[in-house]
Amino acid sequence: MNTVNFMRFRHISTAISLTLLLISVVAIGMRGLNFGLDFTGGTLLEVEYETPVPLSEVKSVLDTAGYRDVVVQNFGSETDVLVRMSESFRDDLGNEVLGLLQTNVEDNSLTLLRSEFVGASVGEELRDQGGIAMLVALFVVMAYVAFRFQWKFSLGAVMALFHDVLIIVGMFALFQWEFDLNVLAALLAVIGYSLNDTIVVSDRIRENFRMMRIGSPAEIINESLTQTLGRTLMTSLTTILVLLALLFLGGDIIHNFALALTIGVGVGTYSSIYIAANLLLAFNVSREDLLPPELEEEGDEAP
Amino acid sequence: MLNKYPLWKNLLILVVVALAFIYAAPNLYPPDAAIQVTPARAGAEMSSATLNNVREALDDAGISYFGEEVNGSTALLRLESSDAQLPAKSAIQRKLGDEFVVALNLAPTTPDWLVNLGAGPMTLGLDLSGGVHFLMEVDMDEYVSGRITNYREDLRTSLRQEDIKYRRVVVEGTKVRLSFRQEALRSEARTFINRNYPGEFLPQEEEVDGNFDLILMLTEQKVRDFEDYALKQNLMTLRNRVNELGVAEPLVQRQGRNRIVVELPGVQDTAEAKKILGKAANLEFRLEAEPGASRFATEEYSFRDNQNRTARLEKKVITTGDSVTNASSGFDENSFPQVNISLDSKGAARMTQVTKKAVQRRMAVLFVERKPKTTYEMVDGVEQPKTIQVVEKSIISLATIQSVLGSSFRITGLQSAEANELALLLRSGALAAPMDFVEERTVGPSLGAENIEMGARSVMAGLALVLIAMLVFYRAFGFIANIALAVNLVLLVALMSIIGATLTLPGIAGIVLTVGMAVDANVLIFSRIREELKNGRSPQQAIHEGYDRAFLTIFDANLTTLIVAVILFAVGTGPVKGFAVTLSFGILTSMFTAVMVTRAMTNLLYGGRRVERLSIGGKA
Repeated sequence: MNTVNFMRFRHISTAISLTLLLISVVAIGMRGLNFGLDFTGGTLLEVEYETPVPLSEVKSVLDTAGYRDVVVQNFGSETDVLVRMSESFRDDLGNEVLGLLQTNVEDNSLTLLRSEFVGASVGEELRDQGGIAMLVALFVVMAYVAFRFQWKFSLGAVMALFHDVLIIVGMFALFQWEFDLNVLAALLAVIGYSLNDTIVVSDRIRENFRMMRIGSPAEIINESLTQTLGRTLMTSLTTILVLLALLFLGGDIIHNFALALTIGVGVGTYSSIYIAANLLLAFNVSREDLLPPELEEEGDEAP
Repeated sequence: MLNKYPLWKNLLILVVVALAFIYAAPNLYPPDAAIQVTPARAGAEMSSATLNNVREALDDAGISYFGEEVNGSTALLRLESSDAQLPAKSAIQRKLGDEFVVALNLAPTTPDWLVNLGAGPMTLGLDLSGGVHFLMEVDMDEYVSGRITNYREDLRTSLRQEDIKYRRVVVEGTKVRLSFRQEALRSEARTFINRNYPGEFLPQEEEVDGNFDLILMLTEQKVRDFEDYALKQNLMTLRNRVNELGVAEPLVQRQGRNRIVVELPGVQDTAEAKKILGKAANLEFRLEAEPGASRFATEEYSFRDNQNRTARLEKKVITTGDSVTNASSGFDENSFPQVNISLDSKGAARMTQVTKKAVQRRMAVLFVERKPKTTYEMVDGVEQPKTIQVVEKSIISLATIQSVLGSSFRITGLQSAEANELALLLRSGALAAPMDFVEERTVGPSLGAENIEMGARSVMAGLALVLIAMLVFYRAFGFIANIALAVNLVLLVALMSIIGATLTLPGIAGIVLTVGMAVDANVLIFSRIREELKNGRSPQQAIHEGYDRAFLTIFDANLTTLIVAVILFAVGTGPVKGFAVTLSFGILTSMFTAVMVTRAMTNLLYGGRRVERLSIGGKA
């Protein structure tokens, strides 16, 4: 395969990335995240009707009954209704709501499928824990890459990860998809995945810097990216295939999880080519940065 | 010779794979619907008479059963279908009465030879099996401040006994302040306290308004001891209460410093479960106030069964519910109902000390309940709900003290039903510290089954897609990778079954993701082999070099992902943890299968002979 001149497009890609990041930051700043029950605290009830009912009707019944911050939405199917409210849980809240809704629709029986209650303090704690987990993960990864490779790689890898995570979070803010504990797990999985990708590419870049005696850094990086391109695309393809299976067949509870991962794998693939490698160039990576450790052995041979 | 594995390596791989198949096998046997019968009272045996009654009940109801098992005090009967579970439960319960707890259960059908090897199926998480999950928070501040108040009483008594004259002893937050008129008295008290309460306080001295104060603050260690004790005591009480519910495999576990997780698979009636778990009741034994006692030292409470009847009690608490070790209702020599109460040694000592001077006075048992109450307040112009815990105290018994009471005494003059109720309340009161529900999740059984089905379907579909893609792109090598992938799944399931990990929906997602990422190692190796071929190496050399050179990359890449997974496990809770477990195991097993297993197969296929062409796809 001919060497693809990836780095020719580096300025365009930088512009694209910056735009995406800007949109993300603005979306997060302007709209905020639509946090799920795990993080906000409150009560969630999932009920199933026999025949579909208009959601507005369900909402007005609950509003008039005096429940606070009622959000009503379909979940998966038209007969499945999800009710969220900031009401704190009582023993019989589920039955209370069920009874209320039942009296409203007489010849339409409904059942309670699921109820969840999360205390506000727990939600806050989970949010903090999640943020800490993310930072710890990024930091440990940075340390490991710096140890295995070199600090320029480490910085490039971590910025690529940061880029991926920020864009996913930005998408969730932009489209107001619900951000729950599962999505957080997905974000961390994306860190793992994207890192995997970045390491593979970095590994090849390092190898080529040591082996190829000629060529500018940009040429070497292009060569390395070309060599790993087949693998990068193939792995992304298989991962996306299974994620699509999860997205379409996995059910609604893990739908957003699969969604976050799908975006993450897409962005992660792009970032391991354009962000990590691009930054290496920007940091002026050179052959000297990657002198193989075997050099010490040569020194031993000297008298 | 190039590309030949030594015999031991091949054997090792075979053994590992064989073990994986054996230990994963129990998951293939679907469990039987079953009914579990246990005596309500701890320590009781399952008698053959009881078993006969159970059989009779089922026969009468026309429900067929098989495979009885008696394990200590628990009897398990398998039913033909899960539809028969509910009728069977109610039939047995009616026959046996309240002495026994009858619960629905699933009995594993693992064959004996597998059981003998220690193999068993994975446990399903609540999101797959259906059930209730509670997270409860123990109110440590309340508990510690309760202990502090005890100290105040203790100190007052013992200082008086030692004849060390104090001006006052007061509680200030988590500290006790003792005031003395003279410095000598203070140092005397300090020596006394150091001797009698070693390591419990950090004493500080202060002079205020001509008084010589001694401020006692609890040591870190002591606070931690208290918290530990409170949590353990609550765990124990919760376990007892859960047993009352008759759940087949409940989980009651400490989480962090002050939380307790309770998971009740199969339970649908949350209200009932919460009622029993969250009784959150404590007891206080107090003397009735003497006529003319100061208003500041007394409080008025109403009776639990009659709001209009009240009594004035002393503020001072003799002892609390956590020193009640047992309470039962019975009859006295004249066949009048009574409640027998046993106290632990500490409670008994306090009881004796107080009742010595109080014979013929009346003692009340106060029932302390915590109930959540929601109010609304404005925050940033938006009304926000705020839940506070309201403490309600009511008198459940007021009886005359006939003589000095010790470690066991009785309350008489009750109606039979009253005695039963009182004994029950006394027993349930043994929570060391109050608890609040901070999280609650319920998953219906149909939703659980649906989750399993959807999870299985997505694993299948994902797997199928990957298998096809690999076969198309890498031909024979793709086939090898596919076998390795299948082995990887079996290995993962076996590993999770062996260590008893719980399979949850996010866990399934982790497995699916592993499937996608596990082939990455093979893709790396295969594209490396292709490259080597393109660079003009012989097939044998290409295989050798490909595996060799790709290994370091695979190792680095997987290790970093593993780091992330471990962090996820350490920091995460609930669903995140489940995902992290499968992801980390998946990384480990996929390293083994993608590198060792495929290599062994490649070697068997191509190794040690002349090969002209490799079936690896691409433009080789």
